[in-house]
Amino acid sequence: MTRRFLLLLLLLVAWLAGPPASHAQSPDAGKALGGLVIDDADKREAAIAVIGGTRDPKWLEFLGALRDGKVYARGKGKDAEVVIGGARSTKGDADVIEIATAYERKPLGVVPLASLTEIAADRRLRIAIKPFLEADETRTQLESADPETRRGAALKLGYQAAAAAAPAVEAAIKKETVHNVRHALEEALALIRLANGDGAVRILAAQTLGALHSSDAMPALQTLAADTSASPDERAAARTAIREIERWGLLVRTVETVFQGASLASILLLMALGLAIVFGLMGVINMAHGELMALGAYSTFVVQNVFRARWPERFDAYFVVALPVSFVVAALVGVVLERGVIRRLYGRPLETLLLTWGASLIIQQGLRLYFGAANVDVSSPTWLSGGFGLMTGLTLPFNRLFIIGLASVSVAAMYWLLFRSDTGLRIRAVTQNRAMSSCLGVRAGWVDATTFALGAGLAGLAGCALTQIGNVGPSLGQNYIVDSFMVVVTGGVGKLAGTILAAAGIGGLNKGIEPALGAVFAKVAILIAVMLFLQRRPAGLFATRGRNADA
Amino acid sequence: MAVYSRREFLKGSLAAGAGLAALGGLPSIITAQGKEPIKIGVLHSLSGTMAISEVSLRDVVLMAVEEINAKGGVMGRKIQPVVVDPASNWDLFAEKAKQLLLQDKVAVVFGCWTSVSRKSVLPVFENNNGLLFYPVQYEGEECSKNVFYTGACPNQQLIPGAEYLMSKEGGSYKKFYLLGTDYVFPRTANKILRAFLLAKGVPAANIEEEYTPFSHQDYQTIVGKIKRFASGGGACVLSTINGDSNVPFYKEFANQGLRSENAPIMAYSVAEDELRGMDTSALVGHLAAWNYFQSVESPANTKFVKAFKEYAKKNNLPGGDKRVTDDPMEAAYFGVHIWKQAVEKAKSVEVDAVRKAVYGQTFAAPVGTIKMHEYNQHTYRPVLIGEILKDGQFKIISRTKGNVEPEPWSKYTSPDKGCDWINHQGTYQKKA
Repeated sequence: MTRRFLLLLLLLVAWLAGPPASHAQSPDAGKALGGLVIDDADKREAAIAVIGGTRDPKWLEFLGALRDGKVYARGKGKDAEVVIGGARSTKGDADVIEIATAYERKPLGVVPLASLTEIAADRRLRIAIKPFLEADETRTQLESADPETRRGAALKLGYQAAAAAAPAVEAAIKKETVHNVRHALEEALALIRLANGDGAVRILAAQTLGALHSSDAMPALQTLAADTSASPDERAAARTAIREIERWGLLVRTVETVFQGASLASILLLMALGLAIVFGLMGVINMAHGELMALGAYSTFVVQNVFRARWPERFDAYFVVALPVSFVVAALVGVVLERGVIRRLYGRPLETLLLTWGASLIIQQGLRLYFGAANVDVSSPTWLSGGFGLMTGLTLPFNRLFIIGLASVSVAAMYWLLFRSDTGLRIRAVTQNRAMSSCLGVRAGWVDATTFALGAGLAGLAGCALTQIGNVGPSLGQNYIVDSFMVVVTGGVGKLAGTILAAAGIGGLNKGIEPALGAVFAKVAILIAVMLFLQRRPAGLFATRGRNADA
Repeated sequence: MAVYSRREFLKGSLAAGAGLAALGGLPSIITAQGKEPIKIGVLHSLSGTMAISEVSLRDVVLMAVEEINAKGGVMGRKIQPVVVDPASNWDLFAEKAKQLLLQDKVAVVFGCWTSVSRKSVLPVFENNNGLLFYPVQYEGEECSKNVFYTGACPNQQLIPGAEYLMSKEGGSYKKFYLLGTDYVFPRTANKILRAFLLAKGVPAANIEEEYTPFSHQDYQTIVGKIKRFASGGGACVLSTINGDSNVPFYKEFANQGLRSENAPIMAYSVAEDELRGMDTSALVGHLAAWNYFQSVESPANTKFVKAFKEYAKKNNLPGGDKRVTDDPMEAAYFGVHIWKQAVEKAKSVEVDAVRKAVYGQTFAAPVGTIKMHEYNQHTYRPVLIGEILKDGQFKIISRTKGNVEPEPWSKYTSPDKGCDWINHQGTYQKKA
């Protein structure tokens, strides 16, 4: 078994290093086909080695078909012809199948399935086929137009660390223009040299890997550092490289944790912002806040579908349109809610709580009736997929970067609106003293509607942003409402700064302890921390003091 | 003490109920002369969180019933399904099961998805000698004579999935990240997987285990951990993440620059029906292990898939002819046919007679011919490994030669236990 494997490996190496095959049909491969018909695993394996050895794309395609169980023998015994099966159908009682020749794929017509015997690709055969197809696949991937595919191929070659692949990688490095693909290729080359080179080459490779901060090289370097048969210089080089990589790894982890904390904080902030405004300025506990987010998310879904149907070539732009649309939709529903019912219940917090909770159930069930109970699919535009390679070993996802940006912009806009604009002045005036503001000519009702619409619109915006990181379903709101309230209450009612600080604190704390405790316990720990904190400071981080707070 | 006495009381009343049912049921069968329809129960959640998955099982069971009735029914009698909705609430599962057995007096029940719902109805079926066909892959460690398990045992899905990744064909992976949602199936599954991996010589340092809450969405930290775990290659993820948490997980995985070359994800809970209505672009190239895929190429499967799409369209089910078939649906479908064949063999719908007739029963299922085990209540099925494609379907990349024998008690965690209702009374201690 080992010998056979070695033979195969040898053949493969020879094949990788050898010149590209001419595209004429190789007579050997044609003859080898006969070996497949015989029900003898050794002969079949030998036949595959010959066929794969041709490196002819058409023969490789044949091997692929063989692996997928689409190759049949027509006739009996040694004279049987090997054919490739195509589409199947039923004619009368019998199942029939289209067949074609093995190499040229010349159609041979439609024959009854019963007249053929399948050449079953069992495990052993599939293992024999795999290296040929894979080497070919990797080669095509290295030349692919998509940088991500090229990077994948480089990764694979680095992990395999086969000496035979070195020339191909060297050639690819010369041509490569994309930075992170080039990095992956250099890493792969150094890994190959580390695994296969002699002493001096290995020292150089270890130094390169250290300079590349290659975490993928850690196991190999650790083996080398502990290898007593290696020279002291080699081991020292390996140790230096390990230290370098470890130091870099620590830096990456720190930056990563900070970013993750910031990302979670920005999501919490976006969710809680609208709630904080409605709660803080109007004293309304809006239980329907989560459902307004769901409305924003479904608006995004609808906009996406419109783009998909009308302007498929501009699909990526849908999200830019979806952002204002979801804001407006949620804001309109907010206005209807406020003018319709909530305004009749101002100053009665328990009744508004019950009322908005009822509204949340109605919205939720409405979404379920119209869009169905199952989650709907919102695709990310290409500019929000993937990530930005900040440093080796750390990729910051675009969708999370975008949400951090959106949250910052929203907060800045809210500050400007509340503290630098006329509308904000009126809102604050009504909050402080409704009767006096009315006396001075502020239309309190209109201000209420604006404030509520603003809060609802922010919820819609959050819902739109959340489609890029989570699922969209009718119960979306319920997944987020608890977290939103937690942020608002911890921050202290009526203070934007408190909400921001609470979001940052909860997000950072959660991500800080999650690596050590796991996702389940991190959540439990956060809830306990918030409970203890509220025991000490029932009014939250920033308590509103003064006459107004008691009202 | 109070609990105990209530349970005793319940047992007594249930036994009395069963007795009455037997008395009432018998004469009607005799006098009906084959005209009276046979009632069967369908116990799947049609509302609540599990509805997304379970509604499809109800649909496929009703389709199988329609097929059988169109061909003249069972022993000349039509099948009349009684559909109830336990609403994803496990207490209600027990209530509804009781109602089906005692009030509607059904001959058999097809139902349940989650393990907790199955555990909840188990005493009802055992105390009333009912019969349940359970169609979902589960964690094993159960052996009730009142249940036929048509889904996979751990050794028919979990272990082959890991074995595939360890094999040369699968890529000879050496490090395993066991990731799951925090409830009974993933916990038990990972216990078995860990025991299996340790038995195969994988060092404990190369196994990582992690759980997330239900509907978890923030996989940043976990993906970061996987990235570090996978550095140096040879690592893979064995995922028992449930339901809608999968989309954010795979998305984060792709967005942090990880590819299936870094670490392939072998999923045990992602099937075609869950992929419906998901943005699958981030999942492409990852793997799943099941006993059936819609992409199985066989005339029987082509017929099954076509029949289901037509059934969905004809009955105006949501999704219409865009509906897909998957493993639990196939298991639910052939369960009905197995029961029908067993009734015909036993010439009776009486539970004990039908049970004996089910043992060893075979059926030409869409995936190929499957067989009910001769004594352990489970099913011989083939194991398939599939690669996720862009359209939410699977490309089958590996398939066992024949059917795999079910082992309800995994030999890695409970080597001393067996399940046998012919030579033993259910679960028994194997002799060393």
